[in-house]
Amino acid sequence: MSHELFAATLSLAQLLIGLAMVLALYRLLRGPRAQDRVLALDTLYVDAMLLMLAYGMKTGTGLYFEAALVIGMLGFVSTAALAKFLLRGEVIE
Amino acid sequence: MSTAAALLALAGALLALIGSLGLARLGTFYERVHPPTLGTTLGTALILIGSMLHFGALESRPVLHEILIGVFMTLTTPVTYMLLVRAALHREPGSSDG
Repeated sequence: MSHELFAATLSLAQLLIGLAMVLALYRLLRGPRAQDRVLALDTLYVDAMLLMLAYGMKTGTGLYFEAALVIGMLGFVSTAALAKFLLRGEVIE
Repeated sequence: MSTAAALLALAGALLALIGSLGLARLGTFYERVHPPTLGTTLGTALILIGSMLHFGALESRPVLHEILIGVFMTLTTPVTYMLLVRAALHREPGSSDG
């Protein structure tokens, strides 16, 4: 009984995060300028990380924590590189 | 215990949704930079605390490695957004509506 409530609540959380990803995708596709798209990509990867964490809680496996950690690290590097590119026109000078 | 963890995760997901809603709805770039931080800071923190509670109850020992993600996000979010806003200022000097 309690386990069903737990799974249902986590499914609702996953649905909300998925909706957040759709909204970020809307801004990614529409965003008038490049910095809007980079910001939307940053939001998208953070939401993907949260989705991974919620799914890991639902399955009860610790494996998804590592996937979330890797998504977080790669997302930081990619957003920093894109912002550097917008700032300078080159990533590595 | 696990119901409390699920409710914390739900609250975090709601914060992420509000942040993305602000990102999609607000008018200018400098307004749009603010809302996603709601999901990156408090939303992530709530989901991580829920995950710590859940796995701590599941394995009946304190599980603390989620703090790693928390510290990492807290350190990297300001850095990336500062770089991004500096890039936006560089691309459009003197103007406030990107």
